[in-house]
Amino acid sequence: MSDIIGIVFISIGLAFDFLGCLGLVRLPDVYNRLQASTKSVTVGTCSILFGTFLVVGFTSAGIKALLCIIFLVLTSPVSAHAIARGAHRAGVKLCEKSVVDKYKEDKEGEA
Amino acid sequence: MNPVRILTGQRKINMENSNGVKIFRWFAGAIILTTLFSVIIIKPIPFLFYPDLPYMGFTGRALYIIILASFLTLYRIWKGPTGADRIVATEILGIMIVGLCSVLTVSTGRSWYIDIGIAWALQSFISTLALSKYLEGRDFDE
Repeated sequence: MSDIIGIVFISIGLAFDFLGCLGLVRLPDVYNRLQASTKSVTVGTCSILFGTFLVVGFTSAGIKALLCIIFLVLTSPVSAHAIARGAHRAGVKLCEKSVVDKYKEDKEGEA
Repeated sequence: MNPVRILTGQRKINMENSNGVKIFRWFAGAIILTTLFSVIIIKPIPFLFYPDLPYMGFTGRALYIIILASFLTLYRIWKGPTGADRIVATEILGIMIVGLCSVLTVSTGRSWYIDIGIAWALQSFISTLALSKYLEGRDFDE
């Protein structure tokens, strides 16, 4: 029974991964691409790892999969935030249709 | 090429309607269609798997989806107009490889693939932080 639930989790994770990569190709801007791809690919890979844990069970590989889930959830937002901050400070422009840029307004307020 | 132009994406030629971009778009569309149909049509790679294990067919087809989605990130690394695009695509590729190692653990039954996944996640995180610092224009030890 846990095998079948694990396979369902792996399928959901595959769908999230593929849609995240599709967003990486299709969207117009660095920040939109970050928004689309980083979160959904993280959720998809964590779902694949949890499905692996359900299929394999409480073996060494299953415990390592749980550790890898914790590590990914902790580190992926940090790296996404670092990329967005670096891109904004390096002067990468937003796309033409974007409405508001709060970070630029904050920097102008400080100076 | 000038590295400043690579980082900030300033190009003198308008690339939107040229022939190379059209070829790139056909390439991405072919990858997407192949991903959608590979679940039904293509058989799993036989020599990678033990045929005794259950769900061999499912995980063998799941590998195709992950590999072809990784080709989409390679497209973004190749074409991406700014350096930040390339860094984002590299990070996504690293996370996808962790998922690939996890699916390989299920399909082959060998538990050391997940070790490769953990090591790859660590390396990808550190390299992404270093590259974003480089993009921001600071030194690594700051």
